Amino acid sequence: MTFEMPDFWLALPEMFVLGMACFILVLDLFLPEERRGISYFLAQITVIGAFVSSLWVAPAGVQTTFDGMFVSDPLGTFLKLAIYVLTAGVFLYSRGYLRDRALYKGEYYVLGLFGMLGMMVIVSASSLLTIYLGLELFSLSLYAMVAFDRDSLRASEAAMKYFVLSALASGTLLYGLSLLYGLTGSLEMSQVAQFAGGHAGEHYAFVFALAFVLVGVAFKFGASPFHMWIPDVYHGAPTSVTLYLGAAPKVAAFAMAMRLLVDTLGPLQASWGPMLVVLAVLSLAVGNVVAIAQTNIKRMLAYSTISHMGFLLLGLLAGTRTGYSAALFYAVVYALMSLAAFGVVILLSRAGFEAERLGDFKGLNERSPWFAFMMLVAMFSMAGVPPTAGFYAKLAVLAAVIDVHQTWLAVVAVFFSLIGAFYYLRVVKLMYFDAPADPEPLTARLDLRVALSANGLLLLGLGIYPGLLMGWCLAALH
Amino acid sequence: MITLQDYLVLGAILFCVGVAGIFLNRKNVIVLLMSIELMLLAANMNFVAFSYFLGNAAGQVFVFFILTVAAAESAIGLAILVVLFRNRRSINVEDIDTLKG
Amino acid sequence: MENIYLAIVLGPLAGAVVAGLLGRWIGRGGAHWVTILGVATSFALSLVVLWHLVVEGAPAFDGSVYTWMTAGGIHFEIGFLIDRLSALMIAVVTFVSLAVHIYTIGYMREDPGYIRFFSYIALFTFAMLMLVMSNNFLQLFFGWEGVGLVSYLLIGFWYERESATFAALKAFLVNRVGDFAFVLGIALVVMYFNTLNYEPVFRVAPLMAELSIQVVPGMDWSVVTLICLLLFVGAMAKSAQIPLHVWLPDSMEGPTPISALIHAATMVTAGIFMVARLSPLFEYSPTALNVILVLGGATAFFMGLVGIVQHDIKRVIAYSTISQLGYMAAALGASAYAAAIFHLMTHAFFKALLFLGAGSVIIAMHHDQDMRHMGGLRKYMPITYITFLVGSLALCGIPPFAGFFSKDSIIEAVHASQLPGAQFAYYCVLGGVLVTALYTFRMFFLVFHGKERMDEHTRSHLRESPAVVTVPLVMLAIPSALVGWYTIRPILFGGYFGNSIAVLPAHNVLAEVGRDFHGPAVMAEHSVHTPALWLALGGIFLMWVVYWLRPALAGILRRTFLPIYYILEHKYWFDDLNEKVIAAGGRLMGRLLWRIGDVRLIDGLMVNGSAWLVGRWAAISRRMQTGYLYHYAFTMLIGLLLFLSWFVVR
Repeated sequence: MTFEMPDFWLALPEMFVLGMACFILVLDLFLPEERRGISYFLAQITVIGAFVSSLWVAPAGVQTTFDGMFVSDPLGTFLKLAIYVLTAGVFLYSRGYLRDRALYKGEYYVLGLFGMLGMMVIVSASSLLTIYLGLELFSLSLYAMVAFDRDSLRASEAAMKYFVLSALASGTLLYGLSLLYGLTGSLEMSQVAQFAGGHAGEHYAFVFALAFVLVGVAFKFGASPFHMWIPDVYHGAPTSVTLYLGAAPKVAAFAMAMRLLVDTLGPLQASWGPMLVVLAVLSLAVGNVVAIAQTNIKRMLAYSTISHMGFLLLGLLAGTRTGYSAALFYAVVYALMSLAAFGVVILLSRAGFEAERLGDFKGLNERSPWFAFMMLVAMFSMAGVPPTAGFYAKLAVLAAVIDVHQTWLAVVAVFFSLIGAFYYLRVVKLMYFDAPADPEPLTARLDLRVALSANGLLLLGLGIYPGLLMGWCLAALH
Repeated sequence: MITLQDYLVLGAILFCVGVAGIFLNRKNVIVLLMSIELMLLAANMNFVAFSYFLGNAAGQVFVFFILTVAAAESAIGLAILVVLFRNRRSINVEDIDTLKG
Repeated sequence: MENIYLAIVLGPLAGAVVAGLLGRWIGRGGAHWVTILGVATSFALSLVVLWHLVVEGAPAFDGSVYTWMTAGGIHFEIGFLIDRLSALMIAVVTFVSLAVHIYTIGYMREDPGYIRFFSYIALFTFAMLMLVMSNNFLQLFFGWEGVGLVSYLLIGFWYERESATFAALKAFLVNRVGDFAFVLGIALVVMYFNTLNYEPVFRVAPLMAELSIQVVPGMDWSVVTLICLLLFVGAMAKSAQIPLHVWLPDSMEGPTPISALIHAATMVTAGIFMVARLSPLFEYSPTALNVILVLGGATAFFMGLVGIVQHDIKRVIAYSTISQLGYMAAALGASAYAAAIFHLMTHAFFKALLFLGAGSVIIAMHHDQDMRHMGGLRKYMPITYITFLVGSLALCGIPPFAGFFSKDSIIEAVHASQLPGAQFAYYCVLGGVLVTALYTFRMFFLVFHGKERMDEHTRSHLRESPAVVTVPLVMLAIPSALVGWYTIRPILFGGYFGNSIAVLPAHNVLAEVGRDFHGPAVMAEHSVHTPALWLALGGIFLMWVVYWLRPALAGILRRTFLPIYYILEHKYWFDDLNEKVIAAGGRLMGRLLWRIGDVRLIDGLMVNGSAWLVGRWAAISRRMQTGYLYHYAFTMLIGLLLFLSWFVVR
């Protein structure tokens, strides 16, 4: 009997992140309170190291290792790079916020890194087992992060809700996976796909399993009717965790959809396409309409997330390469917009004060014209006003939907985003036309200011020159 | 002779009991944790049954992983429960409703 | 030659751009030098072109210099048609423009908008040249709108004054009416001729004469007539013919140099020029010609009458301009295009002279324009007095001044016309001679003779204007006196225009008039036997008596003719009609649409209604987010069942 050594090289970024996360976890125990910055810097170094190593090990084509459980392909590399950038941004934005609230602990970064590792595993999964493990690693880290502020009632309630609902969703997903295993006798995605395509007689059984799998995917997106956790968790969690939740996990959800729906159940596209239509339309409706009634900005952005995920699903359900690339573009751009919007929320908050109510944005233009403008860019981008990146993202998705002759969906999407424009513009109105309720000047750190400015300008730049990112998206899906 | 179908029906029943437990139970959060365990158990039952009847060990390996994950999940769930109880002085599901709308 | 044509157009444009954009750096001196240089170049080159065409006898140039785009076989081009008609116009336009540029240095000396003003008038010159030199309808329209635009800008030049902005708005609105018809006319040309260039249109025009179009079902209208009438409505607004003349008197709110340049010599004659340019088209529509003839005659007589009761010196000249434009239109209607252009030229000189003379008076009077405050200025301002007299005599048509030849030719041409409205028009233009003499010399005597009615302070500062003002006056007085005598033979009867103007043999009234023409001297001598000269002299004599000998008579006359005075005082209620009926009606309709259509239906029902609906919907659906875990889980279960239902349905 020979024991074949798997190719560890391809998993270098994952191993590096795992090792560093464990190292920081231990090191942090011995760091005094005032040296906590070391944990932060080590976490950032980990992300940067992961970025570099991912680029380094990226193979030219598709390569699998660990007996076909782990895959490294251009899509995976691109998604991972996006996740690193977003995670680094989240760490940078939350630093001052955590410090002001006695939450400045190494665990935040360790959990953040483990969550990132979970996402990386999802991205690189080529077996049902791997994707389940990645999903659980990611979810478990997030439960803990949501409950991170231990003395907050809201945070613990949000964590409880998130935990129960997420466990319900992953239980359902797991049940679906078990059915897929039973139908095909394999856990490898490519083999499942082969089987699903070749056995038309068991089509109904596959659709049955698909329904369960789709629950898990839709839950990760937060698509209606699996969206109920989103507003409560976004609202209850500390803003720095909401920031984390709103950015990279959207990219991970896209990865999960690509791996499970396209790579594994691609032959069933005719079945999951219409199911996604239902999800997308419901999400657009619920997200855009209910957001109007919100007075808390975190809750409002949570509903806006739901509507954006509806848009993203439109790109997926088209089932074409342009559709997938449009959805990928949308996921990345949405994560950037979300980062910018929550970043401004963090910017306005300070010790003992959470700038969560819409009223806190009143007269921001008088307090800081530049960051009012950054928020304006983020809001316009979310509303899809040219020349911001959000406009192009919506345009690409709509074009993909129209390409497959689902014009009515495009009309519905435009109609709801028109309704949605109202609450984004309301924020703009508050910032520019109302007198400030709180004349205190902004006291954010320099790194946050610079990063936020870069973030806002990036949204503008990608809107003016979207070809670069779109080109990467198309190349990743080749 | 116990057929595959019997195992699958058992798994389905377990799954349904688990799901029903989550949305019918209005009293105790700990019951929720137990319901979640039941759902995972249903999946385990399926995997083991399929593994046995397919003559393929992968399903059983998956089950080991699920058991581990379930343990970790319970640990985190209980930790959150403790935090919640400390803040709220109640583990009544009906009391967890400050976040809504 | 093509380069010369381009240079003529681009000279003023360059001046305008430099003065407009770099005005702050080059300063006031730089601004007037650069624009004057541009216009002077154009003028010199225009003489070269004229020489080339007339003396060397070169053929006309018709070609495009730049194709903007081609759509559906129609070329959108910039092109020039340089023949004797346009060459003459270019020379007149650049000459008057040059004189006005120089004059402006003196007139606007103390104005803070000095540089802006030079930039505008140079830009105007550019647009006017584009209009005149065009060989296609598109460029004609470009120039047409360009001169209009600068005209509004300059009427509202002193935008702090409410009356100036009102006048600019009025000019803009009235011209919109004309431009609307003008564009429709061009559209019809494109529709039926499938080209924008003049030449093919002229070539095909005879074949189109019989074609008819049904605009209102059941009524056949001749296409050519419809095109001509629509184009002429455009000309009516630009050239201030009844009833679209109302903007011109108000336009006197602008600085005097532009009253001379734009609202007397050049822009307002664009409509006259356009009809003459398109004579090969208009000739095929006797109906349109008849309309032009009657409207022109009416404008000449009735608008002149209003001039008699005005007190503002510039308004008198403005009504005089409208009246003289009426003469030109009447000549066009009688197919005496050459006479119209001839009068356009002489009028450009003497009317610019009168305006600039009035401006000189206004400078001396410290920008008081009311003639009741003037009087006896002769001894203070000798040069202005003499040049103003020359202009007045030319305007009244006293031989041998320029106006005599052109105006007399028009009267004779209208007399000879066979169109149904010719009789009416003839009496109008003949009566117009008396009216012209009345308002001109009323003004002349009120300003320069009689008692000095200004206040002590103004009187002590009365003096002749500086050289930059008087030199242009002299520059313009010379052609005002002489140009008629020397040019009537070639222009009217010597076939100067050749085939740049087309006249059907049946309409050729000038040929008829020409049979009795034996040189300018004979014509001047013969005038003793015509009613026109005696009417003019009678008018002058009457005014001499009333305003110089017996000033008390004026009041008695006013009381005697009170009803007529009352009508004229109110300018036939044209302004009231416009303001109280048309403008007020438009506002009323707008308000109704706003109240009912906008506020109730669109804002109330559609916008606010849907906002209310969405708001309600949002408020209701947010209640679904109850906060209870089991409701959330139940929703997820419903979602799962929804997916599973696919399994059943499929």
